[in-house]
Amino acid sequence: MHKSRFRKAVEIIIFSVFIFFLFAPLLSLGIWSVALRWYWPNTLPQKIGFDYWLQALGITKSLTLGAVNVIPAFLLSLGIAIIVVIVTMAIAIPAGYSLAKLKIPALLKGIILILFLLPRAFPQQPVFINLMFMFNKIGLTGTVFGVILVHVVVGLVFAVWITASTFSSIPPELEEAARSVGASRLKAFLKVTLPISTPGLIASAVFVFLTSMDEFTGTFFIGIPFVTTLPMTLYSASGSNIQFASVIAILLLIPSILFMIVIQKFLKAEHLGGIGG
Amino acid sequence: MAILKVENLSKNFGKVKAVQEVSFEATEGKVLSLLGPSGCGKTTTLRCIAGFENPDRGEICLDDRKITHISPERRGIGMVFQNYALWPHMTVYGNLAFGLQIRKVSKDEITKKIKKVLGMVQLEGYENRYPRQMSGGQQQRIAMARALVFEPEIMLLDEPLSNLDAKLREEMRFQFTELQKSLGITAVYVTHDQAEALVISDKIVILNQGKIVQSDSPKEIYSNPKNKFVAGFIAVTSFISGSINSFAEEKKKVIVKTDDGLVIHGFNNSFDIGQKVSVAMRMNVIKFIQDENKSDKNTVNIFKGKIIQSSYLGDIIDYKIKVGNWEVRTNSDAKYNFKVGEEVTFYLSPEDIIVTREE
Repeated sequence: MHKSRFRKAVEIIIFSVFIFFLFAPLLSLGIWSVALRWYWPNTLPQKIGFDYWLQALGITKSLTLGAVNVIPAFLLSLGIAIIVVIVTMAIAIPAGYSLAKLKIPALLKGIILILFLLPRAFPQQPVFINLMFMFNKIGLTGTVFGVILVHVVVGLVFAVWITASTFSSIPPELEEAARSVGASRLKAFLKVTLPISTPGLIASAVFVFLTSMDEFTGTFFIGIPFVTTLPMTLYSASGSNIQFASVIAILLLIPSILFMIVIQKFLKAEHLGGIGG
Repeated sequence: MAILKVENLSKNFGKVKAVQEVSFEATEGKVLSLLGPSGCGKTTTLRCIAGFENPDRGEICLDDRKITHISPERRGIGMVFQNYALWPHMTVYGNLAFGLQIRKVSKDEITKKIKKVLGMVQLEGYENRYPRQMSGGQQQRIAMARALVFEPEIMLLDEPLSNLDAKLREEMRFQFTELQKSLGITAVYVTHDQAEALVISDKIVILNQGKIVQSDSPKEIYSNPKNKFVAGFIAVTSFISGSINSFAEEKKKVIVKTDDGLVIHGFNNSFDIGQKVSVAMRMNVIKFIQDENKSDKNTVNIFKGKIIQSSYLGDIIDYKIKVGNWEVRTNSDAKYNFKVGEEVTFYLSPEDIIVTREE
């Protein structure tokens, strides 16, 4: 009795600490986003209101608060992310399948996988500055297309590795069984391998999506000044106006949280068992 | 129903010669087993027939059709995999219907055929189960049904029973034989289990290191193994090496003499005097003699030995006996209760002694 009460107390403390570290920063963002006046030494804002939210969402157009219009940036980020997911997965699925299922010598396979990893293996700024010089020559800087290309390169790192390990976790006999009853290679893939690997592929797509929504460095060097995604807006706002920055940060959280809820369904331990194998 | 012919099939994986010049013919409506230890090339041979491996040399023919290099889906061969390979995201119905849907069979016809094939494997009414909701034995039968439902000309089975427990495995042997005979389908069956091969096969092809060692009926393989390897694979547990000393009065009976002076009478396939041979004994051939005066009629093949190990197995006792320089094993009735170190006398009936090639 005594012991279990002690145990319960420990559990509550650990849980509280966990909740604190998880939600305190979010709470701080939430408070900042509604703080109209907040001077030292006050613990809480002296005046609160949704003025910055309304302004950021384009509902009010107050001149004193400044013109930070988040909606177009959000839509641009979302649009880019969706295209990036489609393009990346269109490359990663066949690439991952080939790496997992075709008879490629181990050394060559290793080299290919390392090549996909390389863009992440070096510090990001020098990589993207070089890319900027190259893109400049062919007129890709400052274009949405250029930014999409950068995001695809970044996304492919996760996508190829995750899809390759997803496909290699599927026993080859499943596809062979489909071939033996009369399915072509393509049909066996579409009807057997693809449905079974859906959880892994969705996990991979979610990583790519979130990476694109969040991507800063590449977008900064390739996209400015014309492509202002949400992280760009956040960056410019954070220097001058912490309230707008908080609003944008919260908006950036929304797709992540939504996606986490969606993939909860797919990312079960049993499915993840094969990934990374 | 068809005849499968494999001619001079060879397949290398890098430097490993997995299959070397393998030839055999699976007769219509019969079961041919490929038997051998792991790594002997039996599964590679099967995968070449199924079309999952591309042979380096040789020809595979189904009736008069050369299928050596055509893709697996166009061979019309049903296959049962060792781990069943049922599609986990489909129900039993989905698993069975897949091959028929590809063949554009009408929906009513599919339902009818599935009902029929489930009846054959005694799993009526299982259409809506998922593989994970069934036991290993049931999954195995669904895998069999999936390989049969599109009415293939020939069926391949890759150690289909090896994942089942011993009791179920024995039961399934009979079920398989019954099903195969009633359909009259030609089957090629890969196994490493000699008992399984003896029960289900019409013909056994024994492979070792990618080569055929012997290809015969189960009875012939059991009673007349071609060499020491085959004998060792078909339940022979004790070997004594020697050379042919002379021929006894009866035809096919030979007398083998070992270096340490044992003289053993046994049966053979034809040998020459002086040829090195192996005397092969199964567990049950050693007969103990307790009262030496009673053993009147047998004048040959009586040996003295010393018990060096004894394992009690309930109704039988497994003894290891030292005879000369050799160790032999026997399963004896538990009524003989010898102690380790005890001297024993035993008799070997010449009819039960197989004299076979060393190599």
